[in-house]
Amino acid sequence: MKFSDFISVPAIRSELTSDDKEAVISELVQSLLDAGEINAEEKDDIVAAIMKREELGSTGIGRGVAVPHTKHPSVNKLVGTVGVSGDGVDFESLDGERVQLFFLLVSPPERPGDHLRALENISRQLRDDAFCRFLKQSKTTDDIKQLLDEADNNQFAS
Amino acid sequence: MSNQPLRRKVVVSNPQGLHMRPARLLVEQAALFQAKITLWKDEEPADCESFLSLMTLGAECGTELCLTVEGSDAEQAVEAIVKLFDNGFYEPEGAESE
Repeated sequence: MKFSDFISVPAIRSELTSDDKEAVISELVQSLLDAGEINAEEKDDIVAAIMKREELGSTGIGRGVAVPHTKHPSVNKLVGTVGVSGDGVDFESLDGERVQLFFLLVSPPERPGDHLRALENISRQLRDDAFCRFLKQSKTTDDIKQLLDEADNNQFAS
Repeated sequence: MSNQPLRRKVVVSNPQGLHMRPARLLVEQAALFQAKITLWKDEEPADCESFLSLMTLGAECGTELCLTVEGSDAEQAVEAIVKLFDNGFYEPEGAESE
């Protein structure tokens, strides 16, 4: 699975403004709403579901990256967005580092395989330090989209 | 220390597959042992102490993996890792088990 299969380009945010966990999740879910990927009446429920998942253990996976996610019956395909925070957000990551780079995913409950393939793709690309660093340094949506496209074209991880 | 690595077949048995929480459990277990623990999907190895490495396996429910363990406490390590797989990573059934 490639980034272009699940990342909603209009939802990409290069300058996240939130400075705590719930706020940044809400900001990212709002970006999916603004991009028309989710319904307005579902937003609060999706944010709550993602927060509930975080209670099971932070999705801050280290290296300044987090993958907040949930299953939600209101989506009929996997949708995701990417956000970059210049100052970083305290996300209770295992390594204690603030999170600058977010991949937020919402997937249909009956499609666990799609969720795994998205995680597989994200993880594979994040193993490349350059990809990770360039994404965190991105200043515009276009920068991010270009990096995702390059990753999709195998220009980073093997 | 020159012993051959131990090998076991393991199967991902929980419906959600090897997603983030099971990967975390594996990393936590692997860290308890000195042995080098590797999970193989076909020819592709994943270092059991590396979360990102495990996630790149994309192992769905039903996927068969090969576990190789090498080191002085290999037997105990095999036992601990196999137990996680056999118990489906202790996940409850249903959609909440993300």
